[in-house]
Amino acid sequence: MTILVGYIPTSQGEAALAAAIAEAKAHDESVLVINMSRDDKLVDSHRADGSDLDRLDADLAESGVTHEVRRIEHGTDPADQLLEVVDREQPRMLVIGIRHRSAVGKLLLGSTAQRLLLDATCPVLAVKAD
Amino acid sequence: MDNFANLIDGFGHVLTPMNLLFALIGVTIGTAVGVLPGIGPAMTVALLLPVTYGLEPTQALIMFAGIFYGGMYGGSTTSILLNTPGESSSVVTAIEGNKMAKAGRAAQALATAAIGSFVAGTIGTLLLALVMPQVVKFAVSLGAPEYFAIMLLAFAGASAVLGSSRIRGFAALLIGLAIGLIGIDKVTGQQRMTFGTAQLADGIDVVVVAVGIFAVGEALWVAAHLRRKAAGVIPVGRPWMGRDDWGRSWKPWLRGTALGFPFGALPAGGAEIPTFLSYMTERKLSKKPEEFGKGAIEGVAGPEAANNASAAGTLVPMLALGLPTNATAAIMLAALQGWGLEPGPLLMEKQPVLVWTLIASLFVGNTMLLLLNLPLAPAWAKLLQIPRPYLYAGILFFASMGAYAVNAQPFDLLLLLALGMVGFALRRFGLPVLPLIIGVILGPLAELQGRRSLQLSGGDLSGLVGGPVAWVCYAIIALVLLWPLVGKLTGRGRGHGHDGDGGPGSSTPATKEVMA
Repeated sequence: MTILVGYIPTSQGEAALAAAIAEAKAHDESVLVINMSRDDKLVDSHRADGSDLDRLDADLAESGVTHEVRRIEHGTDPADQLLEVVDREQPRMLVIGIRHRSAVGKLLLGSTAQRLLLDATCPVLAVKAD
Repeated sequence: MDNFANLIDGFGHVLTPMNLLFALIGVTIGTAVGVLPGIGPAMTVALLLPVTYGLEPTQALIMFAGIFYGGMYGGSTTSILLNTPGESSSVVTAIEGNKMAKAGRAAQALATAAIGSFVAGTIGTLLLALVMPQVVKFAVSLGAPEYFAIMLLAFAGASAVLGSSRIRGFAALLIGLAIGLIGIDKVTGQQRMTFGTAQLADGIDVVVVAVGIFAVGEALWVAAHLRRKAAGVIPVGRPWMGRDDWGRSWKPWLRGTALGFPFGALPAGGAEIPTFLSYMTERKLSKKPEEFGKGAIEGVAGPEAANNASAAGTLVPMLALGLPTNATAAIMLAALQGWGLEPGPLLMEKQPVLVWTLIASLFVGNTMLLLLNLPLAPAWAKLLQIPRPYLYAGILFFASMGAYAVNAQPFDLLLLLALGMVGFALRRFGLPVLPLIIGVILGPLAELQGRRSLQLSGGDLSGLVGGPVAWVCYAIIALVLLWPLVGKLTGRGRGHGHDGDGGPGSSTPATKEVMA
């Protein structure tokens, strides 16, 4: 079975990744890391660039779990894209990082975490940054 | 010294809270639209045109000038950080600027661009204050045939010099002139190209044309090309320069200014050519030519100074002759007409307060821009994270509102959509927008002057060839039109040298988007 991680280059993303690695080690499973950047923005702060991905790969290799890192560069909604991967890969668990959002922010932009928690067909582990 | 007394008088008028507020709004909006690729000062001024008919002309012009200058500042930010020029005038900046950013020197590149723009803008505006009154003195003596010739020169220049090919330039000009013809002929009272539609009898309002071509056309174009990989965030930091950077920047700033101002003042000058020339000059003069192509600070400093100086230069023919040499100036001119002011040499005489307050506001706006851009560069860069659908929905909303507000008739909205399709087609087939807008705005004026000179001479065609000014203009037009032929006849060597004009267009892959 696989553990799927929604990774973004923030402290929440790192926390999610760490939790996923721990989980994979405990149950001897593989890790699939997904980073998504929206294609309707010129600059997306959630995009992990080349050096980020290299470091990610090195970290995962060091931890000794079998892993794969994928980058999705099309689409406008990270939740949609992750849910699609969940459907296709049937992972045992999805790990995401969560943070506080203001009411207005949620109203305007929606919450990716909320959609994943409610709509994912597998269990979701929500991790907070320290 | 009269000029300086007038200028100081102008400062007195500009330093009122309301005028300062409009200058601040102008430079803020200007920087924002400059940063965003695809949205330029010309589109913004067009979108704001209907809003400003209720304002005092002076205040609206102060705001427009702020947008114009601000666009030049903002364009460099996107060029440097994203390699996607926000403005066609900052295409060249991207060449070295983006390399600097990739090498972790984004802060220095942004600093030299902002300070260079300030230096060039200030010197350019000073030159404007000195040169413009002399041009006016000269222009007052010109008659209808001379004006006709100068306008033809502007047409030929805008169509032949800029853009990817002459055919495309002249095709765009022709579309513009045709749109300008629609309506009742002022001399004979005949309806032209109205197809019996009553709403077209007054002609198509310039606001509808400008908003349709710039805003709706661009929105359709972006909608057709929405998919594009996002870039990661490039850390900016606070722009600053070391002693070494200052030493390498100040000479390119001054040289860029010297190149930019005269080119801006020429009909069909624009900022593309001087920025490219400045880049070439810096590469030739540099003590470290090996750094060019890897992020040389001179390659950012020179072109950025050149584009701001040319912005100041553009205002010389606009204020002195009523002749726009770029799209933003063309729409500002349309705004003047909208307020019932007649652009041309008499503007200085009839509205000295307006003109000098505008010039003084440029100094103020330029200073504001430096203060806004140096410390706030990271904040401006955040604008690039706005999802495009939000942006273009807003633009389309403003566009339709503006077009409807002009005459409050639904027919204008249909026109807007049709012109938006034309704008889309222009971009699709690589036709430049500038000749079209100049054709729409200057076409009717040129027709007026041409017919006036024919009436004076009793219909004799020799009436069109007035004095020496007209001769010189026709000679230059002939030269511009025959140049490719001359190039072919004198062999490939000369023709190769002409590649310089196409250079900035082909040097970066992202350029196509802006040019298109």
